[in-house]
Amino acid sequence: MTKPLLRVQDLHVEFATHGGTVHAVRGVSFDVKAGETLAIVGESGCGKSVTVQSLMGLIPMPPGQITKGSAELMGHDILSSKFIDGQDIRGSKVSMIFQDPMTSLNPTMNIGSQIAETLEVHRGYSRRKAFNRAIELLELTKIPEAEKRAKQYPFEFSGGMLQRAMIAMAIACEPTMLIADEPTTALDVTIQAQILDLLKDLQQETDMAIVLITHDLGVVARMADEVLVMYAGQVVEKGPVDDIFYRSAHPYTLGLRGAMPSNDPQNNQQLTAIDGSPPDLFSPPKGCGYHPRCPNAMVLCNQRAPVIESLSEQHWSRCWLHHADSEQRPQGLYFRPSAAQPNRTPEQKGTSQ
Amino acid sequence: MSALVEINDLTKYFDIGQDQIVHAVDGVSLSINSKEVVGLVGESGSGKSTLGKAVLGLHDKTSGNVSFAGQVLPQKYRSKDFQSRAQQMQMIFQDPYSSLNPRMTVGEIIGEGLKLNKDIDAEEISQRVDHWLSLVGLSAEHKSRYPHEFSGGQRQRIGIARALILEPDFVVCDEPISALDVSVQAQVVNLLAELKESMGLTLLFIAHDLSMVRYISDRMAVMYLGGLVEVGDADDVFFDPLHPYTKTLIASNPEADPESERQRVSTTIQGEIPSPVNIPAGCRFANRCPEAMSICHGTTPTLKKPSAAMVGNESKENRRVACHLFD
Repeated sequence: MTKPLLRVQDLHVEFATHGGTVHAVRGVSFDVKAGETLAIVGESGCGKSVTVQSLMGLIPMPPGQITKGSAELMGHDILSSKFIDGQDIRGSKVSMIFQDPMTSLNPTMNIGSQIAETLEVHRGYSRRKAFNRAIELLELTKIPEAEKRAKQYPFEFSGGMLQRAMIAMAIACEPTMLIADEPTTALDVTIQAQILDLLKDLQQETDMAIVLITHDLGVVARMADEVLVMYAGQVVEKGPVDDIFYRSAHPYTLGLRGAMPSNDPQNNQQLTAIDGSPPDLFSPPKGCGYHPRCPNAMVLCNQRAPVIESLSEQHWSRCWLHHADSEQRPQGLYFRPSAAQPNRTPEQKGTSQ
Repeated sequence: MSALVEINDLTKYFDIGQDQIVHAVDGVSLSINSKEVVGLVGESGSGKSTLGKAVLGLHDKTSGNVSFAGQVLPQKYRSKDFQSRAQQMQMIFQDPYSSLNPRMTVGEIIGEGLKLNKDIDAEEISQRVDHWLSLVGLSAEHKSRYPHEFSGGQRQRIGIARALILEPDFVVCDEPISALDVSVQAQVVNLLAELKESMGLTLLFIAHDLSMVRYISDRMAVMYLGGLVEVGDADDVFFDPLHPYTKTLIASNPEADPESERQRVSTTIQGEIPSPVNIPAGCRFANRCPEAMSICHGTTPTLKKPSAAMVGNESKENRRVACHLFD
């Protein structure tokens, strides 16, 4: 097996606020391989953005603090102060695109110069050479009339065009890894499809790895090779995309899928909402973070945090239902709770509070 | 079924100065039957929200008219018009953060409509507010709190209670779920569907999430650059789109199924929605359309039943399409 490009182990990130300490990320581990797309899925506040921002050194410290864990990019420890302060990797080896391109670009600089700046800083290009390369990059990201467009300012671009310009900037130094934080959430579906196609094409040409953060399972299905499902600062299920969709194991993953309408003409099943809202990360629950909302919660879930249980070589879930001693497990490795039994059985009821 | 709301050749232009006019809604006709949910989809800038607001009188109409239960609504609303219509039609807004007054308690927000429109005492208002809070899944003790103490999903429930407490017949839902997380979206959609059943509501449901619109709607209307391009039963439009724009829109919609996504042929159209200031002559979609013919650049197609020659005899009763391919 080839060595992973990025290996993150047991990452913990906290924020000190007036109200107390927020435990935003609580022990996240994952690998990213070259040429692959890893999708991180979860609801707002689950820690998916904080995870990648801490890797990029974008967490303001204080109030933020990486309290534990390591992250190795091609053998370099990127959480060490040298990498966090410096610009060695940021922008050249790893680059990032953000959800809102309008606020991520400098409104007083023309688009071409903003892209060129990356090349001047990291590659030592002259201003003219960098600007010419910026035009080529705009052409690569399929912006029509790139030469004219490079001299325009962000307000003259539409949302989809700005996201293309952001991508051009991100790939300027041919990064080995691109982090895309909700890159298409602000865009319409037709433009979203264009941007996702563009990312896929670029990945095929350059073999870069993509870490894609999204809450849209449709985007995950279209783009991902590997998927991490995050909830309350932890990864609750991880596996290849087919396992996550066709053999979903964790009740939260199943809940997310049940909450989305199906595109199957025969299937007019009612949406199963997940009741309640995510836990307060000021004081994360002692047991499983999902247990107050889980239709399958047991007494145990409230008391002890579940550990990782392997379901196959690459697929695991953090749920007591999949523990070797669980009575549920022999009924089938892939327990399908919410579809089969939408209501809690009496013995499970009353355990959640 | 009788039409509760008739939108008749409705036009809304905005004058943005320098002799420039935004053609936000341009000649839209649509009738909404009583107890029906009509989903309105389209990209941002297509005019769906403007249409919804113009129907309720929140925008003055440039031309055309809207009638409600057979009665033509005023072209320009005065405050007494809003007051008299408040019990018949309401709106649920997109952004649950900016649409609730931060200085009012939840009880005041929800009860305000009753206070202004019904001749009932404070005691009864309070009882009805409690009742509505429990209907939308909140509790009476939330009444004295302020909007900032609630999550996005809870605020959207407050917005729903506020809109429905007067028991209107017709509600425009302007992207009620797009600011919410997936799991919370399902909570709100299920709530709306339940209330629609129990109260016999008629809804105009504006959204850009096509799968969700198909799920909740009886009929679906597709809007592009101020005009309707296709209308039909939701499943027909979703699974058998006729207009090239609808086809593109449906094909772009990502499906939560890796297998079908791998088999998906890329059908993305290039370019973006043109500016509604300079509307192209002929069909508005012609310059992006993969199937454009010469007639498309000169003659504007009207919304009508597709010809049997093009779609066969099983053409559905409710189907309308504005495309020269189906003339």
